[in-house]
Amino acid sequence: MPRTVEFPFLVDNTLPTFPNSGVKIGVVTFPGTLDDRDAARAARIAGAEVVPLWHADDSLQDVDAVIIPGGFSYGDYLRAGAISRFAPMMDKIVDAANSDAKLPVLGICNGFQILTESHLLPGSMIKNDHLHFICRDQQLKVENVNTRWTGLYEQDQVITIPLKNQDGQYVADAKTLDALEAEGRVVFRYEGLNPNGSRNNIAGITNEAGNVVGLMPHPEHAVEKGFGPDHTGTDGIYFFTSVIKHLLEASK
Amino acid sequence: MSAQKFNIDTVENAAATPGEEQPWAELGLKQDEYQRIVDLLGRRPTAAELAMYSVMWSEHCSYKSSKIHLKKFGAKLDEAMKKDMMVGIGENAGVTDLGDGWAVTFKVESHNHPSFVEPYQGAATGIGGIVRDIISMGARPVAVMDPLRFGAIDHPDTARLVHGIVSGIGGYGNSLGLPNIGGETVFDEVYQANPLVNALAVGVLRHEDLRLANASGVGNRVVLFGARTGGDGIGGASVLASESFDDTKPSKRPAVQVGDPFAEKVLIECCLELFKAELVEGIQDLGAAGISCATSELASNGDGGMQVELTDVLLRDPTLTPGEILMSESQERMMAVVTPAKAEAFEAVMAKWGVEYSWLGEVTDTGRLIITWDGETIVDVDPRSVAHDGPTYDRPQTRPARQDALQADTFRSSDAGASLPASGDELRSSLLELIASPNLCDKSWITNQYDRYVGGNTAQAMPDDAGVVRVDEASGMGVGLATDANGRYAYLDPYAGAQLALAESYRNVATTGAVPMAVTDCLNFGSPEDPEVMWQFVQAIDGLSDACLELQVPVTGGNVSLYNQTGTTAIHPTPVVGVLGRFDDVSRRTPSGWREEHDGEAIYLLGTTSDELDGSEFANLRGHLGGLPPKVDLQAEKTLGQILISASRDGMLDAAHDLSEGGLAAALSEMVLRHGVGARVNLEPLLQRDGVDAFTALFSESQGRVLVAVPRAEEERFADMVGMREYPALRLGVVDAESGALDVQDLFSVPVEELREANTATLAKHFG
Repeated sequence: MPRTVEFPFLVDNTLPTFPNSGVKIGVVTFPGTLDDRDAARAARIAGAEVVPLWHADDSLQDVDAVIIPGGFSYGDYLRAGAISRFAPMMDKIVDAANSDAKLPVLGICNGFQILTESHLLPGSMIKNDHLHFICRDQQLKVENVNTRWTGLYEQDQVITIPLKNQDGQYVADAKTLDALEAEGRVVFRYEGLNPNGSRNNIAGITNEAGNVVGLMPHPEHAVEKGFGPDHTGTDGIYFFTSVIKHLLEASK
Repeated sequence: MSAQKFNIDTVENAAATPGEEQPWAELGLKQDEYQRIVDLLGRRPTAAELAMYSVMWSEHCSYKSSKIHLKKFGAKLDEAMKKDMMVGIGENAGVTDLGDGWAVTFKVESHNHPSFVEPYQGAATGIGGIVRDIISMGARPVAVMDPLRFGAIDHPDTARLVHGIVSGIGGYGNSLGLPNIGGETVFDEVYQANPLVNALAVGVLRHEDLRLANASGVGNRVVLFGARTGGDGIGGASVLASESFDDTKPSKRPAVQVGDPFAEKVLIECCLELFKAELVEGIQDLGAAGISCATSELASNGDGGMQVELTDVLLRDPTLTPGEILMSESQERMMAVVTPAKAEAFEAVMAKWGVEYSWLGEVTDTGRLIITWDGETIVDVDPRSVAHDGPTYDRPQTRPARQDALQADTFRSSDAGASLPASGDELRSSLLELIASPNLCDKSWITNQYDRYVGGNTAQAMPDDAGVVRVDEASGMGVGLATDANGRYAYLDPYAGAQLALAESYRNVATTGAVPMAVTDCLNFGSPEDPEVMWQFVQAIDGLSDACLELQVPVTGGNVSLYNQTGTTAIHPTPVVGVLGRFDDVSRRTPSGWREEHDGEAIYLLGTTSDELDGSEFANLRGHLGGLPPKVDLQAEKTLGQILISASRDGMLDAAHDLSEGGLAAALSEMVLRHGVGARVNLEPLLQRDGVDAFTALFSESQGRVLVAVPRAEEERFADMVGMREYPALRLGVVDAESGALDVQDLFSVPVEELREANTATLAKHFG
């Protein structure tokens, strides 16, 4: 008898998603954005309705959360994220993130760089210490599960998601670093290996309210079996399900 | 600044001054070629016309030495091969039907010379150029690959090239959002001053989105958009010197183009939006020969005429002369034909993406390409004469006198082959030496500088046998792609060498479970003016075209790169062959290594092993190159492919990896290293059946061989399937997750960690 054929790389339907949740997640595209379609796919797999947001527009179209995806917006010219922060859409996002409603915002890679340039998050990213672009499956420890984007992880859970960047070395002055540590705002720390020289092994941080999260690695590339780290990893999906779960509970 | 800062050589002026000396030789034209231009025009060409003809009739643009031979690819096609071919050789890139309304376009090109002069920009713009070819077909580019060849790994200049070229490919490709899914890296001193930087791009489209490069519809408008035109990439300093009308402009600029990946990324999105809204009638990218090429090709492929005002071209440098503007190879530019009714909508798309554009003229039915400068005619030619009627040469070919002696000098008979490893210890250290060698060592130092994830559709990338990309998210349908070439094999026998490149690429694709459908090739050779090189070139084309017919995979496009030589020393003939295959569902692909959960699964070797060490990686390590390359058996490759494709469809295999350079020793090590899971094998049955010794079993490079891991429950079914097709198969051993080693029974055992260390240390040691 032939065995039951299992194709281990098909989308794992057992992942805890929220099909047709009704939650609307906006994905911003700048000129030079690369991972917008990936972020949109991840949000869709998690159960959100995706709303494309164009950098030059100034309406958030009533989205419940925003993802600023990775890429090289404006070619990273001048400094990664330095030009994008002046986009009309960023004004809206900054206002909404700081408003009482505390719009959940996730910045991935270039999105993280844009968030620091926009002063929604402290610190900055400089060139990797080894000076090369690096693409690798990276382990992270989740140290804060109280943000809008990490609620479904376990405290100190170690996850693997892809890292790929040229300017990924997180830096901040000692005072800022101390504050981030003291307030538990380091959300992700590189585990096993610090791939770029980031201070305190910091891979991602949050703002005081926990609605804005930025990180260099890419959770949206680890949401489908067969297309993630080592062709199996799906650790990134919880970013997207976490925010949906939070929004569904908040709306009750 | 007034446009009249040069002495403009008008058509009128050219007719009036027939005796004026022209710098045709400095522009690379031969006396008879120049005379032919004069005959075509019935007068001397203007300076601008001369510039156009010189670049368009260059070897690079006109394929004048190769054209008559390349026709063989088109001639050796049968109906079955044409069935899925939507666009063949001659367009920007070939297009193959994938079914369900999907199509795929792919092509490999060279950017060898610029990459030696300026490694970063040379390699970067190589990616840029091939990607624009893909966009021109109406496709969204979805992946790139890079077959690379460098000089000796320890030569002082190699690090400069490796660092520059790798970061150029990464810097440009990563910024475009295109996953880099494979390629090759070879080190050999023959490429020392002629590194090969080939770039392959693949794109996908819906059938209705297919676009071709032609200018049709009289009265339709011609627009140039993207980056501004600058002085970069003008056919070399001699050209600039020859056009020094005055002393006020910058004298010398690099002949290498400078890339701006951000501009290209915006151009991709902008073009896709134009296609979606059906705003362009015809489109052509600007690559080699810039505006000269785009205007003459668009016009000659369409209604035959075009009128263009050259002062309307947006310039980066206002001092450029008309000839320089026509020849500039500034990157990230496209030319399109737009109906007047859609001009406004076209402009809106440009505005949205912040792309600059300028309307240059319109399509006519005059059969002439007329280019004016401030209203005065400076070019008045039949566009076909520029784009298609260049000279063609049937250059002399001579089989090198050395060839017989070379082929007689076998490895076994040489000093290098006098004392070969035989004991377990000797074989063990040879295996470690092999997997640490520059050509077989781990390449992640390079590939980790490329983004393989972007797009979210990469199902497989290096170091697997083939890159795999999902095309249709709904069905999982996708493509597998591999590129291969072995310059040493082709040096020993160019006919067989080209076939071996195809056979390996085909095998790689089939090993993952994809059905091979189409071929692209980049033929890297020395100077066509050397009859011995020309012989190699023609042999390789004959071999490749014959093999394509036999394997039933058509060549849909490619590129020829000649003059890869320094002085009288040519590179090894290096026909790089890319094969594209189709998956119904990429989730069914077979990975190239076993994992821990495959513990205890049977390892089978498909195919037989003969004493074939000539041209092998092992002989290379011993500094020997002679004899004949491994035998080609295309029918066997076909049967083997069918086995692997069926096994993948039916889920019979958990891993498969082809044997190529480095033979069984390399393949076993790579499968163990893929996920760090050991294996236990016994060579004895192989030695008995094939009548070879352990050394030959491990290091011979016989073709038509693949290692597979078969789950216990599937062994019978798999053995039946293979037996039915009468393909030789041997149960070699088992996956052994416990041992943590590659154990070759009665001979040696190497812990995985020791293998890993040997395999990964090499590139890091040389390039930091």
